[in-house]
Amino acid sequence: MIHDRTWFSRLFDGVNYVFLTGFAILCLLPLVHIFAVSLSGRAPATGGFVSFWPIDFTLENYEQVMGSRNFLRSFFISVLRVLTGTSLNMLLVILTAYPLSKTARVFKGRTICIWFFVFAMLFDGGLIPSFFVVRSLGLLNTLGALILPNAVPIFSVILMMNFFRDVPKELEESAVIDGASHWRVLWHIYIPLSLPAIATLTLFSAVNHWNAWFDGLIYMTDTANYPMQTFLRTVIVTLDLTQVGINPQDLQRLSDRAIRGAQIIVATVPILVVYPFLQRYFISGIKLGAVKE
Amino acid sequence: MTFKQYMKRAWPLYVMIVPGIVFVLLFRYYPMYGVVIAFQDFSPAKGFAGSPWVGWENFEDLFLAPEFGRIFSNTLIISVSKIVADQLGAIILALLLNEARRILFRRSIQTLIYLPHFLSWIVLGGILLDILSAGGILNQALRSIGIEPQLWLGSNDWFRGTVIASGFWKNVGFSTIVYLAALTAINPVLHEAAAIDGAGRFRRIWHITLPGIRPTIVLLAALSLGDVLQAGFEQILTLYNPAVYRTGDIIDTYVYRVGLIRAQWSLAGAVGLFKSFIGFFLIVLSYWLADRYAGYRIL
Repeated sequence: MIHDRTWFSRLFDGVNYVFLTGFAILCLLPLVHIFAVSLSGRAPATGGFVSFWPIDFTLENYEQVMGSRNFLRSFFISVLRVLTGTSLNMLLVILTAYPLSKTARVFKGRTICIWFFVFAMLFDGGLIPSFFVVRSLGLLNTLGALILPNAVPIFSVILMMNFFRDVPKELEESAVIDGASHWRVLWHIYIPLSLPAIATLTLFSAVNHWNAWFDGLIYMTDTANYPMQTFLRTVIVTLDLTQVGINPQDLQRLSDRAIRGAQIIVATVPILVVYPFLQRYFISGIKLGAVKE
Repeated sequence: MTFKQYMKRAWPLYVMIVPGIVFVLLFRYYPMYGVVIAFQDFSPAKGFAGSPWVGWENFEDLFLAPEFGRIFSNTLIISVSKIVADQLGAIILALLLNEARRILFRRSIQTLIYLPHFLSWIVLGGILLDILSAGGILNQALRSIGIEPQLWLGSNDWFRGTVIASGFWKNVGFSTIVYLAALTAINPVLHEAAAIDGAGRFRRIWHITLPGIRPTIVLLAALSLGDVLQAGFEQILTLYNPAVYRTGDIIDTYVYRVGLIRAQWSLAGAVGLFKSFIGFFLIVLSYWLADRYAGYRIL
């Protein structure tokens, strides 16, 4: 790299560092504010005195949230959803992508299959018909309503397929000569060589399942079946704190603002935990999608 | 090779593809058949097959409904503003990050600005509803420097701006990734040669860096055409309220309210089909443009 030593260039560098730092802090400040509120006592939180540091530090907001049966139930529904939904997604992505990555000579009917999936990705039946399909299958109020409709994320299938196509053919050919079936080729050659792509798509699928809330809102008619983000919506957006099931005397001592803040933070923590891994992989994942010869 | 010989080796391929096909048939193609409710007086008890047909009546109702022009223009205004703001912001941020030479600094900034992308609109919406409320921290800060508090989410003057700005917050950092990838692919030799010829830093940005990412800019502009009917359903459903329907109600939120809240299934189905139909052609056009002008193919 070339280093300019002109004063103007140095000034630009200085301004640039300050600007980028300021922008990054600005992106994060709202979260820091909510975190500070969630650790504050009733009076300062309700009165709006908290900025970026807790006042009258207390952990009681978190104790209340973690002690709320309704909140915990929705948390575990979400955990269950992430585990089952992500496994199902990845199983189907791999199984579907493998045949599609073959040439039309090896997998007769590939062209039709590709268009079958691509058309399904491009044309959307829409919210109302989809709702009635899920309802007519008897999936309302079941975990199935949350994991089955998007069990095959078609865009991920296409990314996986493109990745599989780049696996060196020589490896497969020598395995086939030794008598390996497609199952063995997939399991012993394609999957081990595609682990970065699989990790990327797994993390994305898990984050999507964790963050999804609209399907919970429409497919769960009983609020007891809400996954956590849907549950949070009733608390945060419609401001219905009675849903949390905190006893009114406790609520007298605490700020509803701080309790909402605590729930927002608890919902964010799992994302922060996987974030370092996500970051390692998603850049390669993006390139997987964007760069295709 | 006979069919039997072919199948002896190839049968697992067909076994593998069947589950995917079954799921897509059931949850993507069956709802496509379900769009017939747009031409019916649909009732859930009678189902897609048994409900009476009414021809184009639902579409006539839709085009005559006072909300129709409003939801259509709101959708376009919000989505196009978001696309322009996001992409311009991402290009500028990527260029600035690219100029910052300290790797550790760059990584830290990237880590922080990507984060909002991975939080749900419920979490971000909960934060926004708090900080943008009448007594929220933003209005407090403004008051302390002598600016009147505003109803950011409750007034038609501010709602769209708030939606665009909060969408920017969530997505702009993540949108820089593609540009940063393109920037690292620019051959440093070009910069060195230009420097030897006496080109200063800003001339090099203008004549080498920007042309270097032009294909990426063209590609993303083409692909974004497929998104102009996506104004951000989850975001707006979280942030809006009846006071801002005039400026904030979009096609998707209207379908949700009319269909699933008011149970006017067929009218909502007609709006949905209208959107799916236009959306399909927009996406196909965007992929065609991306292939034609940027050599991008998904297959």
